[in-house]
Amino acid sequence: MSEQGQNNDLELLTFRVADQEYSLDIMSVREIRGWTRTTPMPHAPDYMRGVINLRGTVLPVMDLARRLHLPSQETNDRNVIIVVNLNGTLTGLLVDAVSDIVAITEDDLQLPPDMSTDPQMSVVRSLTVIDDRMIRVLDLRAVVPAASDEVA
Amino acid sequence: MSDQNDPMAEIRASFFIECEELLEALQDGLQEMEEAEDGSEDPETINVVFRAVHSIKGGAGAFGLEALVRFAHRYETVLDEVRNGVLHPDSDAMKLFFLAADHLSDLVRACRDETPLPEETSEELLTRLDALLGDEGGAEEVAPEDFQPMGLSLGLDLPDLDAPTANHFTIRFKPEQELFATGNEPLMLLRNLCDLGTSSVRCNLADLPALEDLAPETPYIEWLIELETEAAEPEIRDVFEFVDGLCEIEITGAAPEQGPTEIAPLPEELSKALPEEAEPEAALPETLEPQVAPPPTTAGKSEERESAKDTGEARKGGAAAAKSVVRVDLERIERLVNLVGELVINQAMLSQSLDEAGLSPHSDAMNGLEEFQRLTRDIQDSVMMIRAQPVKSLFQRMSRIVREASAAVDKDVRLITEGEGTEVDKTVIERLSDPLTHMIRNAVDHGLEGAADREKAGKPRAGTVKLTAAHRSGRVIIEVADDGAGINRKRVQEIAVSKGLIPPEIQLSDSEIDNLLFLPGFSTAKTVSNLSGRGVGMDVVKTAIQSLGGRITINSEPNKGTTFSISLPLTLAVLDGMVVNVAGETLVLPLNVVVETLSLGPDDVQMLRPGHYVVRVRGGFVPLYDLGVMLGYRQQRKTEAGAIVLLIVLEDSTRAALVIDGIQDQRQVVIKGLDDSFYRAPGIAAATILGDGQIALILDPADVIAGMGHMRGADLMLSERMIANE
Amino acid sequence: MSMKVLAVDDSRTMRDMIRMALMPAGIEVHLAEDGVHGIEVLDGLSPDAIITDINMPRMDGFGFIDAVRDQEEHRATPILVLTTESAPELKMRAREAGATGWIVKPFDPAKLVKALQMVAG
Repeated sequence: MSEQGQNNDLELLTFRVADQEYSLDIMSVREIRGWTRTTPMPHAPDYMRGVINLRGTVLPVMDLARRLHLPSQETNDRNVIIVVNLNGTLTGLLVDAVSDIVAITEDDLQLPPDMSTDPQMSVVRSLTVIDDRMIRVLDLRAVVPAASDEVA
Repeated sequence: MSDQNDPMAEIRASFFIECEELLEALQDGLQEMEEAEDGSEDPETINVVFRAVHSIKGGAGAFGLEALVRFAHRYETVLDEVRNGVLHPDSDAMKLFFLAADHLSDLVRACRDETPLPEETSEELLTRLDALLGDEGGAEEVAPEDFQPMGLSLGLDLPDLDAPTANHFTIRFKPEQELFATGNEPLMLLRNLCDLGTSSVRCNLADLPALEDLAPETPYIEWLIELETEAAEPEIRDVFEFVDGLCEIEITGAAPEQGPTEIAPLPEELSKALPEEAEPEAALPETLEPQVAPPPTTAGKSEERESAKDTGEARKGGAAAAKSVVRVDLERIERLVNLVGELVINQAMLSQSLDEAGLSPHSDAMNGLEEFQRLTRDIQDSVMMIRAQPVKSLFQRMSRIVREASAAVDKDVRLITEGEGTEVDKTVIERLSDPLTHMIRNAVDHGLEGAADREKAGKPRAGTVKLTAAHRSGRVIIEVADDGAGINRKRVQEIAVSKGLIPPEIQLSDSEIDNLLFLPGFSTAKTVSNLSGRGVGMDVVKTAIQSLGGRITINSEPNKGTTFSISLPLTLAVLDGMVVNVAGETLVLPLNVVVETLSLGPDDVQMLRPGHYVVRVRGGFVPLYDLGVMLGYRQQRKTEAGAIVLLIVLEDSTRAALVIDGIQDQRQVVIKGLDDSFYRAPGIAAATILGDGQIALILDPADVIAGMGHMRGADLMLSERMIANE
Repeated sequence: MSMKVLAVDDSRTMRDMIRMALMPAGIEVHLAEDGVHGIEVLDGLSPDAIITDINMPRMDGFGFIDAVRDQEEHRATPILVLTTESAPELKMRAREAGATGWIVKPFDPAKLVKALQMVAG
């Protein structure tokens, strides 16, 4: 599946996590849900918020702030869960709020500076500037670990 | 999935399904033949075996699967000799038949999946099969013209009647009596002949006797046909293919340049012999048409009739085959199972809200709800039954594993299966294949001794592996038992110590030692053999079984053998659960592990050492765990008197007491898998959706207890036993 | 043409193939799973021709042909034997039992139709 349209067009869903702006390719976003209480999983890493009922299936929810090693905020009613589809598997990403959908072209993307020591940047695929705001484009594959990675 | 619009693809898919059935019948038949070695078997058995291979060949030919045809044909040739009583297979031959059946099944699957064919094995097996035939016709090949691959082109390949004719033939045809006995009809033959070109037909009644001498069944008439045709002589012969030997036939003349209308004069004596009454020239086929055409039926009527007959066939077919079967796409069943799951959840939500509304239990709404619950449960059971399949196919695969494994380590092994008809959820069967394969290999490789050792121990040289399935109290029990030397516990303990899995000084009971086999990183193979020792240990087997909601236990007796028992839920989709509260969370425990609920008295709890408590249960001691602590939901705290405790007993007889905060309910819950999650939590088997829409986790109590770490596991075993010895 | 044919074969694949081959030619196809079933289906049906396999459970092709020929109304019904064997002795046995002709599997649909037309119009 191509990540871009015919004219290198790319639509990004932008959202806020711990007062920073991030984005995801909209093609990988299935839906956006309001925050509901999660059922915590035992002995889970801190970014694993638990599971919720998504129309009869069990959806694991990840706290994106904690995943990005940012200070986690108290959850409130404005928080949303972005349901993303990675290789057919659905995962919920808890973010502070969804901002916008922006259309850009591949040319607008810049590779992130090499900051491999920065754990936050390892999941950022590229950067783009919209209205003078720097927006990080997340690499979903790096954000959501494969289940096998986590088996202790 | 095959293209729905392509009927050939559908038939092809259906052919492969049929092949699986035939291969199963083949296995069964061979098994029966083997068991009745003295020739006491039902003569029908070899017919079944033969037919299975034969039918596979037939279908394979239709799809141009030449390698499959070739192998099946020569296998069948050998089986035919057995069927005809020419060949009496000894036990080596039977082994070869089994190998050939296995290989046939490989070929079928390779053809189905369009993967490379194991041609070398084919050759080797064919050579061995041919050797059974001895001198005569060993290397018989399939006649190439019989098995040409062909596509289904559905156009009618009839001769073009308007094409210019080139040849002229005179054909003399005199039917014999037998021709009529086979349902052949001279008029049809003549018509077919005339279809080849332009013709004139005369009949010679010279042999017709006087009426009083006429035998009604004896044919006296001879036909003479003059034919102008494009066709060559072989095509004319083809017309008479079915009656070859049932008539006198003479074909003469091929005069290419003669005009199409010119008819050669009849031989003089025949002309003279033609009696006046006989019509000298019959223009065919028009004249004959009324006599041969089937009675006209209206299209509508015939359709009606066909559909009526179709259902009739279905019914009769059902009666004939004992069971009527509908093939359904698995996806549709999955969908139905999911919907029923939703229904169960919905019903739970409804009953919760009706409950909260404070309705009288005798109100219409509550009565209706009760009926609704009953129906839901019935629907659920019925749907689950759709997914149930006998374990037979699985067991058959295992018999192959035994054959291969025993050949690899050069042991003589006999597999006995019991309870093949036991039905289990299809997914469970599929996912059991790998762990069971490993267990069977283990039994052959490690469980059974070599023939020499067996003799020394006073056992028959051939080892036995017994594979059984049975339903027991709502679960399926599958056992793999060998009659080998039993677990070498001294050795097992040594290995566990050397691998740092247990401390050297620890004293363990037999059963504790046996259970060490399930620890990750344990492998007893002294040398890495062909079979086991692939880095897959019993811990992987255990994990696989647990992921199915099952348990595995060992029972071993020195010199008698080892039995592994797997206990599985009947279905993956529902669970009888106890819904409990722990640290503000709702959790579900499988009801079948809970044997008792207790309320702690003031002196019931004793500390074994800091952080380790035991509880006195009717004179015995059982380790006590706070579920909230074990799941990381809360810090260790002093367990107060009055706390609610669930006494659980696991399949391996491990007992434990779990501290919880409260019991909500006992009911069926729909199991929702957590397989897709990026995080797999230890101790959690699955999840379910509660009446309020919230998710509750379903615990795997054995895993929760074992999940405290391997060393801790051994430690616990120790403490448990110390307490027991107190 | 509205020809009516009874086809008897224990292989579902073969039955499917026969149906596939004959239906487009406008032939009405009735199916049976073995000889015994074939006799049942034959009851009340007056097919223009019968196609039968040889190797079948319960009642094989020879037995089936015998049984068909025993019925007065089917004494002259053309019967084609479907067989993977082109061995002459099998054809002869089929003929002795009363078969009209034979088709060697795997058959070409057109050939099957043609053979039926040859024996049954």
